[in-house]
Amino acid sequence: MSHEVHPLDLNTELVEALLVRFLRAEAGKFGFQRVVLGLSGGIDSAVSAALAARAFGPQGVLGVMMPYTTSSPASEADARAVAAALGIRLQKVEIGAMADGYLATTPDADRLRRGNVMARCRMIVLYDRSVVERALVVGTSNKTELLLGYSTQFGDAACALNPLGDLYKHQVVQLARHLGLPRVVIDKPPTADLFEGQTDEGELGFSYAQADAILFALVDERRTLDEVVGLGHARPLVERIVARMAANQYKRQPPLVAKLGERTVTHDFRYLRDWGR
Amino acid sequence: MTRIALAQIEPALGDLRRNLALHETQVGAARAAGARMVVFPELSLTGYFLKDLVAEVALAAGEGPLARLAELSKDITIAAGFAERARDGRVYNTLGLFEDGRMVGAHRKVHLVTYGMFDEARDFAPGERFRAIDSKLGRFGVLVCEDMWHLDGMWLHFLAGVDAILACSASPARGAPAGEAQPRSQRTWTTIQDAAAVLTQCHVAYCNRVGCEDGIVFGGGSRVVGPDGVELARLDGLEPGMLSCELDASLVRRVRTITPLRRDEKPQLVLRDLLALEDAEEA
Repeated sequence: MSHEVHPLDLNTELVEALLVRFLRAEAGKFGFQRVVLGLSGGIDSAVSAALAARAFGPQGVLGVMMPYTTSSPASEADARAVAAALGIRLQKVEIGAMADGYLATTPDADRLRRGNVMARCRMIVLYDRSVVERALVVGTSNKTELLLGYSTQFGDAACALNPLGDLYKHQVVQLARHLGLPRVVIDKPPTADLFEGQTDEGELGFSYAQADAILFALVDERRTLDEVVGLGHARPLVERIVARMAANQYKRQPPLVAKLGERTVTHDFRYLRDWGR
Repeated sequence: MTRIALAQIEPALGDLRRNLALHETQVGAARAAGARMVVFPELSLTGYFLKDLVAEVALAAGEGPLARLAELSKDITIAAGFAERARDGRVYNTLGLFEDGRMVGAHRKVHLVTYGMFDEARDFAPGERFRAIDSKLGRFGVLVCEDMWHLDGMWLHFLAGVDAILACSASPARGAPAGEAQPRSQRTWTTIQDAAAVLTQCHVAYCNRVGCEDGIVFGGGSRVVGPDGVELARLDGLEPGMLSCELDASLVRRVRTITPLRRDEKPQLVLRDLLALEDAEEA
């Protein structure tokens, strides 16, 4: 075990307190004491679930496993281990028939399209369960994914509240350890589990450690591209990450509204979501 | 000795009625705790990230909620924050001091914070002066949030011989580096308050809000520091609460006797050098 302090290391106890406060306050203002979230068996949804369990009590959290026909059985076992460790409620909704109903009409769909369809099927399930549960949908996208745009718009990125959106992957792992989540979930390579053998890092072409370090230097420390290269990162990689960040800005924004009048939604109709609450 | 209470509250965004009710409850609690004064955070009547709501919640002198605060102040001094609509239409981020049934003074935030997540200068006009407010409990210097991050306000209050600085904020918690007990932003605040207390030889009463607005969590940490820089009381954590603490006039006098900073201050030197600096910049 190394006890060296990493530059991205957080005071996990304080972060837990802040994020639990966030979940409770922002759900409570709208009259919600319960949440639902997709439980994939991965580390991000496990951390979101653990924070939600602390904010709303284990019975206030519904984890939904939504395997497709090709999803790995190991993912389901890991999701069950997370739910058992936290004591949260768990449901399984197979999305095979739902996704295939559409995919059968378009057999030429490549991996990317198929993955997006699955992610959006899961969104439909979560939002429907949230009505039954009188609950809000909690998201599981971390800061690294959000900045890289490594998510499906209106799919896994869709949620009402996202406690992880300002945590880099490194910090999610650190928080997972602090929250006492099962080792197997923390140690396995991150994957979207959309096809066999897929890993995030394999698909991205760089490691989360590299991405975190570069993004932190650019975004949080506001270093220039040249300065980041000066820290010892390969220029082509830094350039790729900067390009990815810019190219995916659209995923982090509401749809563009064409401005015509004096006050326009998303432009200069300036109210918080918490308006009046 | 004057007992003062700090109300670390969680206002609702843009809901004057609910926030006024919250103030009434807190005034009652402060009275019950034996306090002669109760201090609220910045924009305590309105909530913080108002944006376009500023125009909708701004209050002219004596308007409903302000009249009610004045009424509540008959037997306890109240310092509360609101959006103040001036006669000429400008809106200020103001902290008013109410006592004996009327508003006896107000400070309009001078240093509007307009960077990062903040956009105050878009919605408020800046105040143009730092003036001490004389109350039956003593002379107070009010600084609203970013006003504390500049030397001018606390220095002018020091020159004016205030007994205590009331520092009111709506400061979000930012940064949680490993190895530090409190948010980075709160640590900086603590440093500033301690320095302000030592350099002005005043009590510094810092009242911050808690709660959440669109995912931004306010950091609390309201506290009182003595004129010697020693912390007298503190509210920890992110939850609402009330702190009450004695402000000891004798301690202020003794600290100033032992280290007579005000006697040795040279405001005329500063004035001369400021004018010279201005001339040099113009040349």
